[in-house]
Amino acid sequence: MSLILENVSKSVDGQDWIRDINMTLEPGSFNVLLGRTLAGKTTLMRLMAGLEKPTSGRVIMNGVDVTGVPVRKRNLSMVYQQFINYPALTVYENIASPLRLAKLPATVIDERVRDTAAMLHIEHLLKRHPLELSGGQQQRTAMARALVKDADLILFDEPLVNLDYKLREEFREELRELFKTKNCIAVYATTEPNEALALGGHTAVMHEGRLLQYGRTPEVYHQPKDILTAEMFSEPPINVVPGLVTESEVTFDETVHFKLNADLKSLTPGRYKFGVRASHIGLVPHADDDLELPVNVDLAEISGSETFLHVRNDHFRLVLHLSGVHEYGVDEKIKIYFPTHKIYAFDMGGAVVHVPSRMGGA
Amino acid sequence: MNKVENNKAWFLVLPMLLLVAFSAIIPLMTVVNYSVQDILGRSAFFVGSEWFVQTLNDSRLQSALMRQFAFSFTILAIQVPLGIAIALLMPKKGWQASAVLILITLPLLVPWNVVGSMWQIFTRGDIGLMGYGIRQLGYPYNITRNASDAWITIIIMDVWHWTPLIALLCYSGLRAIPEAYYQAAQIDRASKWAVFRYIQLPKLTNVLVIGVLLRFMHSFMIYAEPFVLTGGGPGSSTTFLSQTLATMAIGQQDLGPSAAFSIIYFLIILAVSYVFYVTIMNMQKDKADNISGGA
Repeated sequence: MSLILENVSKSVDGQDWIRDINMTLEPGSFNVLLGRTLAGKTTLMRLMAGLEKPTSGRVIMNGVDVTGVPVRKRNLSMVYQQFINYPALTVYENIASPLRLAKLPATVIDERVRDTAAMLHIEHLLKRHPLELSGGQQQRTAMARALVKDADLILFDEPLVNLDYKLREEFREELRELFKTKNCIAVYATTEPNEALALGGHTAVMHEGRLLQYGRTPEVYHQPKDILTAEMFSEPPINVVPGLVTESEVTFDETVHFKLNADLKSLTPGRYKFGVRASHIGLVPHADDDLELPVNVDLAEISGSETFLHVRNDHFRLVLHLSGVHEYGVDEKIKIYFPTHKIYAFDMGGAVVHVPSRMGGA
Repeated sequence: MNKVENNKAWFLVLPMLLLVAFSAIIPLMTVVNYSVQDILGRSAFFVGSEWFVQTLNDSRLQSALMRQFAFSFTILAIQVPLGIAIALLMPKKGWQASAVLILITLPLLVPWNVVGSMWQIFTRGDIGLMGYGIRQLGYPYNITRNASDAWITIIIMDVWHWTPLIALLCYSGLRAIPEAYYQAAQIDRASKWAVFRYIQLPKLTNVLVIGVLLRFMHSFMIYAEPFVLTGGGPGSSTTFLSQTLATMAIGQQDLGPSAAFSIIYFLIILAVSYVFYVTIMNMQKDKADNISGGA
């Protein structure tokens, strides 16, 4: 089972919601659609599902052109951000509903419902009604309903957004396990780069209705095609500093210099935009060639057990992603260490020209 | 831990208590007062339950009560399904939605006695559009002579006047259902009936409970419209409870029995409303349990 999108576009009232997307989803693949709100993730899913018809382009499922075939005639399922279940039916009947509509024999239905419920750890809740369940349990029920019917295509539209942090981690892990053995195509929309990384598989980075890059998740993360993709696929967004490469050294905004290292040697002299991930800048040097930079603190944003440290000097602003809680006062002077061997270089148009080769962790 | 005694709390509920006292308890107590005494001028005798026994055995009141139940249940049986149907057919957005909403709300804005007058003229055989029209078709329609004509007319009038309320409530309830439910149903390949039965109807339960209760209480107290339209006639065939009561209290000055009957009237509405509420709530639960009988 494969799903191919060919030059798919969708415009509504003269506005382009999806612009010329080409994508081939392999059988058994787990695909993450990553993009901010309004990037077109949901619209793309609706196009894949057949809930909407593309303005132009073709959708090909298992070699058959299904463009314009209504959703009722396709075999797919979808899980939503809201917990969508039949309110008056028990969990058992909710899970059984797609099978009943397919008119399967009662014994088969019973077996599949119980298997699926067990897979999602809700077998003890079968007799309850959705509103008597917690949010996580309601979403498990919705997922069971989606999984029970052996669909060719399963769409997840930000299914974990309304759940708490711990539950989300648990769900991600389970989902990954569940889909290892399945042969259907899974598509999972999220706004969070970290969720895409945790889910693995393939990632499609989307922005304003366009597909920026599609490929295996680690590849897209480590080798973004351009600045925009790199910005979309890191949280907080990758730091971008304009700079100049000369014969022997790299200069950031006239003040900060360092020798061209082996890594960046391939760059021809000229102007570039350099990108460094927030998590790669440290408060202590990690390598000999780390560049020391004196900066002022703008804001230390503490989020759980992590700190986003916003700093600046006279020329640019940077964000550091530090683990642990770090408290700093406004305008405090500190030194940070810039990893010169973990720098991305983009040309002035934004296309990537250099990807650091010695990639440490994420 | 010692429980903290704080009598200041009473001051905070005092305004509410006063409000309730003046709006409900004191007026109600005057009625109770009349219902257990025989008051004539300045002298009053305590009569106990005599008025209650008398009114309960009054055949005029008994038949008015029966008519009242027949009327209320008939209009509910028509207005609830009709209101749901209208709400389902109403446009969902755009100027059409606003236009339909305004049109459908119009009958609700007409004062009750005006509704009666409108229909009184509308159904006249000589100048009324409806009355004249039906007569032209060959049926000798006459609400002042024929009891069933009068009945049917009052029911149509009430349906015209109040179905919009149910429709509006249901419409708002339907709009509150997230689009994703309908999409999910489409993906499940559920039929229109299944969407109605398993998504829309369950989601409408709460507004329907309010609608049914409001309509029941309203219709059970109906007064102005039939009073203006038929005056309770022909004979007493469309004399409902409140009109009977008004005749007794104001026309005949039988304050004791009227007060006793007012209380019985009030208790009936309370009891029936309660039964409605409990039944609908249980029905919802039972249905769900029955469907999942296989589990």
